[in-house]
Amino acid sequence: MPPPSQTEVFDEADLVERAKNGETEAFTELVNRYERKIYRLAKHITQNDEDAEDVLQEAFLKAYSHLADFQGQSKFYTWIVRIAVNESLMKLRKRKSDRTVSMDENIDTGEETVVREIAVWEENPEHQYSQEELRRILEHAVDSLKPAFRTVFLLRDVEELSTEETAEAMNISVPAVKSRLLRARLQLREKLTRQFRRKGDDVFAYL
Amino acid sequence: MLTCKEFLNELNGYLDQTVDKELRENLERHVTECPNCFVIVDTTKKTLQVYKGLEPQVIPPEVHNRLMVALHKKMAAEAARKRSG
Repeated sequence: MPPPSQTEVFDEADLVERAKNGETEAFTELVNRYERKIYRLAKHITQNDEDAEDVLQEAFLKAYSHLADFQGQSKFYTWIVRIAVNESLMKLRKRKSDRTVSMDENIDTGEETVVREIAVWEENPEHQYSQEELRRILEHAVDSLKPAFRTVFLLRDVEELSTEETAEAMNISVPAVKSRLLRARLQLREKLTRQFRRKGDDVFAYL
Repeated sequence: MLTCKEFLNELNGYLDQTVDKELRENLERHVTECPNCFVIVDTTKKTLQVYKGLEPQVIPPEVHNRLMVALHKKMAAEAARKRSG
């Protein structure tokens, strides 16, 4: 087999294998590939720049130290996300000793999926705002969700992890991921409706 | 016919297309008959769309640089540990 050309994009498993064999450049390539996503995730969960940077460093340094333990049954990306989520939640708990940070299953009981705002949106609302404005609106909406909900939403709908991978990363059950994702999506829909509703429409009451 | 509450409980399965054929048909019928749930489906779909299009911002250069410095320190330390061990 011919050796891979310089321009070939190495796949993740290949980079991990080479990093395990001591090629530091391969690990650096993995860092370059995922640092933006990990930093964004940490920033949204912790909502603090300093904590997010700590999480970013700790996640990649831990991954490097424990590379030999990484079995390769899951993707490296899922693994680094899991480490980053853990570190982020620890930071969050340290900063606010408040019960909203709880990731346990109890958060799912006794809460209805309430829908209050039902209104048609403007056509392509994303085109009505500048990129920065839109980003601010979307990020603000996510950040106003409870940590347990926003973390599930970020992993499933922004990072596009599967339900099982999200459950694994957060150390919660698959049904918990599903019910939190439903709430998170409905809450975000509601928040964005306040922003994006077609002007002049009345809200019609929900049933 | 499904109630709106029953419909909402299955909303994710409907959006992610993970429900079986029979349930899917029931859900579809509900959407065509219920204007409120039609709007909820439509605006939830759009919610997911706008978030999927959101690219992560460029990481601040100083944050990237500090990460690289910390990483290289770690790599050097691990290499030294392996050599001595």
